[in-house]
Amino acid sequence: MIFAKQLTKSYKTKTEEVKALLSVDLNISKGEMFGVIGPDGAGKTSLFRILTTLLLADSGSATVNGLDVVKDYAKIRQQIGYMPGRFSLYQDLTVEENLQFFATIFNTTIEENYSLIKDIYEQIAPFKDRRAGQLSGGMKQKLALSCALIHRPVVLFLDEPTTGVDAVSRKEFWQMLKKLKNDGLTILVSTPYMDEAEQCDRIALIQEGKILMNNTPEKARASFTEPLFAIRSDNMYKLLHDLRDVNLVNAAHIFGEYIHISSPFINQETIVEELKLKGHNQIQLIQIDPSIEDVFIKLLTHLESHEQISE
Amino acid sequence: MSKLANNEREVVISATELTKQFGDFIATNAITFEVFRGEIFGFLGANGAGKTTAMKMLCGLSTPTRGRATVAGFDVSTESEKIKKNIGYMSQKFSLYEDLTVTENIRFYAGIYGLSIPVIKEKTAALLQQLNMKSQKNVLVKALPLGWKQKLAFSIAIIHDPAVVFLDEPTGGVDPITRREFWEMIYAATNRGTTAFVTTHYMDEAEYCNRISIMVDGKIEALGTPADLKSKFNSETMDDVFLKLARNAKRIGD
Repeated sequence: MIFAKQLTKSYKTKTEEVKALLSVDLNISKGEMFGVIGPDGAGKTSLFRILTTLLLADSGSATVNGLDVVKDYAKIRQQIGYMPGRFSLYQDLTVEENLQFFATIFNTTIEENYSLIKDIYEQIAPFKDRRAGQLSGGMKQKLALSCALIHRPVVLFLDEPTTGVDAVSRKEFWQMLKKLKNDGLTILVSTPYMDEAEQCDRIALIQEGKILMNNTPEKARASFTEPLFAIRSDNMYKLLHDLRDVNLVNAAHIFGEYIHISSPFINQETIVEELKLKGHNQIQLIQIDPSIEDVFIKLLTHLESHEQISE
Repeated sequence: MSKLANNEREVVISATELTKQFGDFIATNAITFEVFRGEIFGFLGANGAGKTTAMKMLCGLSTPTRGRATVAGFDVSTESEKIKKNIGYMSQKFSLYEDLTVTENIRFYAGIYGLSIPVIKEKTAALLQQLNMKSQKNVLVKALPLGWKQKLAFSIAIIHDPAVVFLDEPTGGVDPITRREFWEMIYAATNRGTTAFVTTHYMDEAEYCNRISIMVDGKIEALGTPADLKSKFNSETMDDVFLKLARNAKRIGD
């Protein structure tokens, strides 16, 4: 449904050239929920804008539903729904007016496609006479999704749809996406949240314009082969530094209440003894299964350390 | 830090039945809690739960309708100017002036907090060194990547060594590496004795806090360590704890 071959894009400023995308390949099947994850400035938005025909690539090619993003841009625009990262509805129009506006642009009516947005729109219907600018983050998101769906697209592009939205709304939003996916829609979504990444059929990690990994969440987790442990003590800040000082672990990263440590060989008793000598109390050390976040941190830090070497 | 029992620890923020009412609407409804020195305290709630109103009162920007609170030993109702000198504030939405350079931002905020010129010079040099930003010192803040801005904003918020730093959704939505570098800075600051008061609705931020309170419809419905709350609400994650509490909310965030 979405196909990209060696997409490359760079932006020139007065002083430098920023490479946003470097030879990106993608192949997304019909009905797939595909997640794109990466730091700010990794190239996610450039990728979305090229695939939605809003930006021209420097080189490479891409198709959406068999249509070329350059030659067939007008046809593609009829078939896709796009929700940009920044809220882009008309703040001065009401909820209902926004929806009507987008339906009219696509030569359709709210009534004609109401079945598709019914579940989502019903939640914001009590506020239909409120101006879009006056809605909460979660409500804005639901309205934007309704507007992106009103012309019954076959592919949905969602660029960080849940950034800045509270946990309850975020969960509801993903329940809606799952339902749309089950109805056969192809969805390309970018997110900074790892729990959302886990819910995709496949995820791609993008960094500095390159795709570092493209896999199912299960296979991504399985690629983390070193034993992984979570550790905590009564002084977490000291613990972090002590763990990095001793050569018992390869990597130590803070992870909420714990610090995650990994190494090919970890002797739990040795570590606990060593930390006791350094004055730590209430030490807890448990072996854990890697999460997607562990995998990404490992990939990203490896990349950084290689760069330092090559510099 | 947690070696001491709670009753032996130095209280930095204390709120007793703290209430703010706008007409018939009780935004913050008689909240009572204590925050200790060097603690990372998570102040959670869905949109519209009353977090912002409560935080405004603690920062001395809004006078309570009822109840009382002290921050760094000063009363929020009668000594708000003293409070402002003893706290730092950082929000992801707004903290730095985009059209000023890195050093101009540092000088501006340090000046507002009343630091002397020689101290400002010294602090600026140390800060640029520590953030590894010497070569960017004359760059406009708007040209910096988001992660750098956040680290700079946090460093500036604590440039006057405040007793408490208020962090309003400091790292929501940034990538895992940057988020960790940022939390390591918070760990370092709290290790030196500053208290971090973090308001957020991002559960990944909540997990880094020593203790968490969760507000629903103006009231604090839960308070404890992340581990305590997870076991109390029989949940695997903080996300789940939050959802169980916030789903009962009657107010709609707007």
